[in-house]
Amino acid sequence: MTTTTTNPMVSQPYLVREVVKETYNTFTLTLEPENGANGTLFQPGQFSMLWVFGVGELPISISGPPSQHDKLVYTVRSVGRATHALVSQDAGCSVGVRGPFGVGWPAEKAKGRDVIVVAGGIGLAPLRPLIYEILSSRDAYGRLVILYGARSPRDLLYRKELTAWARHRDTQVLVTVDYGGLAWRGHVGVVTTLFKYARLQPSRSTAMVCGPEIMMRFVARELEGHGLARKDIYLSMERNMKCAVGFCGHCQYGPHFICKDGPILPYEQLRPLLEKYEL
Amino acid sequence: METLERIIADHPFFAGLNPEFVALMVGCASNVVFKAGTYILKEGDPANTFYLIRAGKVAVEVVAPQHKPIIVSTLEVGELLGWSWLMPPFQWKFHARAVSDVRAIALDGKCLRTKCEENHDLGYEVLKRFAQIIEERLEATRLQLLDVYAVTR
Amino acid sequence: MTTVAREPHSILQANQLEKLIEAVSRQGYEILGPTVRDGAIVYDRLESASGLPAGWTDQQQPGRYRLQRRDDQALFGYTVGPQSWKKYLHPATVQLWSAERQDSTFRILNNETLPKHPYAFLGVRACELAAIAIQDRVLLEDKYRDPIYEERRSRAFVIAVQCTQAAPTCFCASIGTGPKAQTGFDLALTELAGPGGHRFVVQTGSKRGAELLAELQTTPATDADWHEAEATVDRVAGQQVRSIDTADIKDLLYQNFEHPRWDNVAERCLSCANCTMVCPTCFCTTVEDVTDITGDHAERWRRWDSCYTQSFSYIHGGSVRASSKACYRQWMTHKLASWIDQFGTSGCVGCGRCITWCPVGIDITEEIRAIREGNNHGNP
Repeated sequence: MTTTTTNPMVSQPYLVREVVKETYNTFTLTLEPENGANGTLFQPGQFSMLWVFGVGELPISISGPPSQHDKLVYTVRSVGRATHALVSQDAGCSVGVRGPFGVGWPAEKAKGRDVIVVAGGIGLAPLRPLIYEILSSRDAYGRLVILYGARSPRDLLYRKELTAWARHRDTQVLVTVDYGGLAWRGHVGVVTTLFKYARLQPSRSTAMVCGPEIMMRFVARELEGHGLARKDIYLSMERNMKCAVGFCGHCQYGPHFICKDGPILPYEQLRPLLEKYEL
Repeated sequence: METLERIIADHPFFAGLNPEFVALMVGCASNVVFKAGTYILKEGDPANTFYLIRAGKVAVEVVAPQHKPIIVSTLEVGELLGWSWLMPPFQWKFHARAVSDVRAIALDGKCLRTKCEENHDLGYEVLKRFAQIIEERLEATRLQLLDVYAVTR
Repeated sequence: MTTVAREPHSILQANQLEKLIEAVSRQGYEILGPTVRDGAIVYDRLESASGLPAGWTDQQQPGRYRLQRRDDQALFGYTVGPQSWKKYLHPATVQLWSAERQDSTFRILNNETLPKHPYAFLGVRACELAAIAIQDRVLLEDKYRDPIYEERRSRAFVIAVQCTQAAPTCFCASIGTGPKAQTGFDLALTELAGPGGHRFVVQTGSKRGAELLAELQTTPATDADWHEAEATVDRVAGQQVRSIDTADIKDLLYQNFEHPRWDNVAERCLSCANCTMVCPTCFCTTVEDVTDITGDHAERWRRWDSCYTQSFSYIHGGSVRASSKACYRQWMTHKLASWIDQFGTSGCVGCGRCITWCPVGIDITEEIRAIREGNNHGNP
């Protein structure tokens, strides 16, 4: 079948082109639509629902270049049965894809301004398409500051790319880990400790943050402490997702459906919700 | 070339302090250099000096039996290393190792704490500044403890 | 048709209701309506008017529902049962698609389950019409359209029946969704049993409703008929003993997240999910992927779900809402407050089912009143 269905609940078969090992538990899959079907355009920050035949379906952020619409790239951390099945696919196998879904990073709003990207752990994956977008239209944006924290050196993603990104004009990349070990010669400490080394111009900055919710809460507070307005800080939220189209009700966070009002939401709207226990 | 006096006077930690006192501190300060890999201070040693890092990176470490040393935090230019000289038992609780070559200003902690005992106004100002540093480090440490990136099932 | 001060109504004799059912059936509809089963009035296929709960009424209190014999043979002399029309429009279990393995790939078979015949609903209350309109907004008029709901909704023939009595658990009047059905039906019936005899005043609400009515033997309603019908329905509002004050209810709930009343409710709530099952606007579902033993055939199913389950909010090794307190708060805040931000109206239609069918009799109207009384206005 080469036609795309309009029913967002139906999975389309995609061919696994390549599976690359990023770390001991994280892999990047490159998928292509089968049978010459058209690829999909997506916005950085959007996600797909990936289905492994006979196992289950998961929301995974797209983490490839938005300009490359004949391929869809996903970086997946193997943490359970379904993610393990996904990363165990061989090249040539098929994976079901629905999407893309959700509201992505507000790259347009950030044009002409400095962009501060703060990533924690696997949170760098949904931010990577945004970084590609900014670097490919470098002049449309001001300074680019990338702050990235992971658990330990062996959990760091995209190490070669991080080095390459730092070589772009007016681009600063700072990396830290929570636990360093002896061989690590870089920063040790949570990602908020990187702020003092970052060259920031807060009043003309837009921040895009993705990582564990606790980390995002502290980072947002730190950003505000440095002078960014709440409306210029964006977080990528996560909740239980089943349908991804706003019908199953599972992903609600206050009044927001994370699948269709998010996952990216402005801190201005999130601030009153983030501190509510068991919201 | 910047003088010690200028560096110390300009550092945020000393801002707002009595100029007389700042001059006193300058009097007890000296430039020091540590080669990469050497230990600036060691757990258990008497704590009488603190450092203002001017260049390089310092790792604060914990050593345990059967363990390689664990780095709990790194400090860089402009940061202060060491506060155990401020309170009894005036002993270092961690190791601090120069990760790269490190240039720093060593400040006489023993002298400073004696002055603080004599002059409580000064003592309050000094403790206020250190309290802020300790609070930041504590918050960061707690976040580290949470192990937010760990995989939970 | 000439326009008059009031719309022209017709009279259909009670013994002619059978003809209405036959006429609807002739047009190819499957007729669904109230019937007595298992000690309740539920919705099911109606073969004829004899399936209707003639002479039955319901006794409803918080946590209590009993059927009781009436002293007349009214066909619609009850209020509402445990079920609502979402049973048909938003079915509890439905297959979304199936797939077959084909070498290293798979093929999706778009074989959604379609009803054999379009549905005709007989006996839709005003609150239920409001609930259907609310679900229309959620499932058809937002970012995506649900084809399953659309298929069933677009062809449904709706015969409303005006309420002639309120249960103690009803509060549609305070919500503004009843007791009078004003719109959203093809035909609306008001059952009368006064001096004119057992009959129905029939109001048309659509072209096809009028066309169907034209096939039946009716007489024009007199002013007296019309007045009797109006008076009957007007009385119902006055019978309601419960109410919700909806003024600023959204801010009230948003600002009282830590109100001590939530702890109070938590001591009573069993998280049994009954309220979400009986509520006519609750729409949450879950998606289940299943395979057969060979592993070559997979199916995706959709089932009703409830925000009271532990799995509902489960991510990364834990449920975000793990306590009864958090679940009840989520349900009530969503229903009465967040729904307004999401869809422009309240999610509640005041039918009172959640009050009746809660095994411990938690009363949403009482809970909101308690919160209003201790309103913190957002202060800690």
